[in-house]
Amino acid sequence: MNDSLILRTSAPLLLWLALAVSIFIVLRGHNAPGGGFLGGLIASAGILLYAIAHGRDRAMRRMRMAPVGLCGIGLLAALASGLLGFVTPDTPYLTHRWWFPGGGLALGTTIVFDLGVYLAVVGTVTAMFLPLLRK
Amino acid sequence: MDQVLLASPLLVPLAASAVTALLWRRPGLQRPVSLAAAVLLLGCSAALLSHTLAAGTLVGRMGAWPAPFGIVLVVDVFSAIMLVITGLMAVAVAVYSAGQGATERDRAGFHPLFQGLLLGVTGAFATGDLFNLYVWFEVMLIASFGLLVLDRTREQLDGGLRYVALNLVGTTFFLLAVGLLLGLTGTLNMADLARLAPAVENQGALAAVAVLLLIAFGAKAAVFPLFNWLPAAYHTASMPVAAIFAALLTKVGVYAIIRVFTLVFAHDTAFFGPIVGVVAMATMVTGVLGAAAHYDVRRILSFHIISQIGYMLVGVALMTPLAIAGSVLYVIHHIVVKANLFLIAGAIRQAGGSFALARLGGLWVTRPVLGLLFLIPALSLAGIPPLSGFWGKLAVIRASLEAEAWLLAAVALAVGLLTLFSMIKIWNEAFWKAAPEPPPAETWSRAARFATFAPIVLLAGTTLAIGLWTEPFMGLSLAAADGLLDRQGYIAAVLGERATAALQEGAR
Repeated sequence: MNDSLILRTSAPLLLWLALAVSIFIVLRGHNAPGGGFLGGLIASAGILLYAIAHGRDRAMRRMRMAPVGLCGIGLLAALASGLLGFVTPDTPYLTHRWWFPGGGLALGTTIVFDLGVYLAVVGTVTAMFLPLLRK
Repeated sequence: MDQVLLASPLLVPLAASAVTALLWRRPGLQRPVSLAAAVLLLGCSAALLSHTLAAGTLVGRMGAWPAPFGIVLVVDVFSAIMLVITGLMAVAVAVYSAGQGATERDRAGFHPLFQGLLLGVTGAFATGDLFNLYVWFEVMLIASFGLLVLDRTREQLDGGLRYVALNLVGTTFFLLAVGLLLGLTGTLNMADLARLAPAVENQGALAAVAVLLLIAFGAKAAVFPLFNWLPAAYHTASMPVAAIFAALLTKVGVYAIIRVFTLVFAHDTAFFGPIVGVVAMATMVTGVLGAAAHYDVRRILSFHIISQIGYMLVGVALMTPLAIAGSVLYVIHHIVVKANLFLIAGAIRQAGGSFALARLGGLWVTRPVLGLLFLIPALSLAGIPPLSGFWGKLAVIRASLEAEAWLLAAVALAVGLLTLFSMIKIWNEAFWKAAPEPPPAETWSRAARFATFAPIVLLAGTTLAIGLWTEPFMGLSLAAADGLLDRQGYIAAVLGERATAALQEGAR
């Protein structure tokens, strides 16, 4: 628990702001600078700020899951997104599939890959830095 | 199906790393997952090797991006051999890690890191892209640092920091070289580089890049004079970790040197051959002298890794089919033998209570089976016929004599003799002399003893098989050497026929 009232009050708000920005960055990343890696770093910055303000244990409780587990889910998601390449014969791994429902909308499996990277980065960074904080 | 097979050596350890990370709070469940993944990796790699032997080099353009714009995975015979041997080591160490101290290791996160390390190694062996190789090096570095400080002791942190610091210097050189190479040629696809390198106008800059890469890979492979990190770090690691490091980490550096210098810089062999030759000789001599000076089993074995790396570079120094085949055979033999010696060192520690030779003794009386199992890899390392090391050394030395590199052959022979000396030193001190103090009481459970000795017996059996039934292994090595020297074949497999036709026109 940090002594600063300002930090303690603003940290939860900044956490939500960081998460919202990080999701925006992930979605933007398909055709512009951004993507899962950057988004993941921004989200973990929000989580770490919260942990500095309210202590490691409360931050861990709000994550609801061991950081390493988060990393595992992310890796599995990224890995699985590439497996669809094997559906048709002789297409290599990571060949992504696209669906165009019309209206300029393009939905692809690349977003699964990016979200996987996002979770893996959040998991790894928090797993590395949370243990360095005081309880 | 080909593409599934090609990606499997990467997907299996990645999936296993993710699943064991998910099971972070259930260490007991991580162990079977990790072992199953190791067995699967061995199976997939073996299938990949037989496919490569039958149908030639396998190429996968990741994400269906055409080469040279996307990242390619390229598995030829040499890569496939390295993948199979990685699988074998993965199985041996996964079983061994269930032995003494398994619970603490599992709780500290051994398995996710172990699988991560395997992912880095298989990625480095399978990739056909220079920058991608850099990424796999980083994956390996991160995972190996985690493994190195697994017990969180002061000694380990000290060794780990030195390891990371020196390896970061190496990877910085790598990155510099990659940047310069991209500026010179506009590509980082290794096949494309091989196509463009002879036509680069500024050959002096290209040679400088090659030397930078030699430094970067040499630091990984622990060649003279960049080997200091290895004995500093390896002797602090716990034994399964040291065994997998000894087996694979330096060999990735050797693989990278062989791959890059036979493929990209092969047109300038007259310049690089002598440089690599001198480095190889200096590495052999300094390594073996370091081993002769030490009296701790782990340090002796660490210095022997360095010394043996020298033999593996002879192929690049001479660039003849026999020399490269000798290098490949040497890598195969050495990975098996060295990992086994580290596993045995762990068993010696368990039986005799120490790694220091002065405090060991009398193990031949109390543990004759361990003594016999030690003799197989130890004598093989020294090159006593008919064990595997003899054939590796024979091929390397014969290639040196055929190429009239008399000094190289003489150094290789003399270093073999000194290797025998330090193996006999371990034998005399740990097994033969009377025990200075009574050995500690028996503390092994039956399961722990099985987990310790099963991989030792498996690897000793492999050493004997390579020694007594050399023909298929030599055949494999020669096939790998043919593949490495057939640059046109590699380029055509990766880039397609059109690019190769353009190359031949350019050569005219």
